[in-house]
Amino acid sequence: MKLMIVDDSSIMRRAIGKYLAPLGLDLVATASNGQDAVDLFKTNLPDLVTLDITMPQMDGLTCLSQLLAVKPTAKVIVISALSDPATGLKALKLGAKSFLPKPFTETQLVEEIRRVAGLPS
Amino acid sequence: MTENELKFFIDVVTTYFGQVTAEPASMGIPFVKKAEPVVLGYTGLIGISGPRKGGIYFTAGSRLLAELTKVILGVEDADEETLLDMVGELTNTIAGNVRKSFGGDFLISVPMLIKGKPDDILMRLKPPVFVIPLNWRKEKAYLVVGLE
Repeated sequence: MKLMIVDDSSIMRRAIGKYLAPLGLDLVATASNGQDAVDLFKTNLPDLVTLDITMPQMDGLTCLSQLLAVKPTAKVIVISALSDPATGLKALKLGAKSFLPKPFTETQLVEEIRRVAGLPS
Repeated sequence: MTENELKFFIDVVTTYFGQVTAEPASMGIPFVKKAEPVVLGYTGLIGISGPRKGGIYFTAGSRLLAELTKVILGVEDADEETLLDMVGELTNTIAGNVRKSFGGDFLISVPMLIKGKPDDILMRLKPPVFVIPLNWRKEKAYLVVGLE
């Protein structure tokens, strides 16, 4: 299963990659803003995306719609510090499979990815 | 800004350190910022727009940020770029998390990152500006909030 990580923080990109490494996913791309994410998504067509919201150039919710227009079957997990219920609901309405608020623990992230990706525990 | 709103920020910082590091930060008594600058080596600044206007910044020294990076990534000797990224992500998380209390129209910018100690940071902050001191692993840091 091909994975893409989108977050403007390099620490978050590295942390997500490190926490998910034991799952054996194929990390095909990382991006630090929504526009780069759309471009890399079209090239790599990942099956699973972790997507931040507050990013420069293009925010994550705008990016989410564009990603799903390219590949509607992609499973997108929005991971954001914007933890008010309305933001999470908006992400789900736009087609995200899940919303994980920051800060998160390694266990929370791995469990959420397993659930969304349908991986065994 | 009310005392209750100030508590929203304190609770978010407490939760952040407790959840990410399992070692809660020790929160100090907030005070109103006077003329003296409150700036340490690395600062993340976020502008707030919507019905509440102003800004917040989190400022810390290299040791606190390096320790935090070590907890998250398990790496020693974080470089300057990583320390700046850490303070930016921390500030972003605090600002985003208080939306649970302030509501979805509490709009936050991407963080502006500042290395070094400028004379002061006043941009975007609306007086009165409140300073929330904290200590984590014996290292000090400040969350500074100025909202209309």
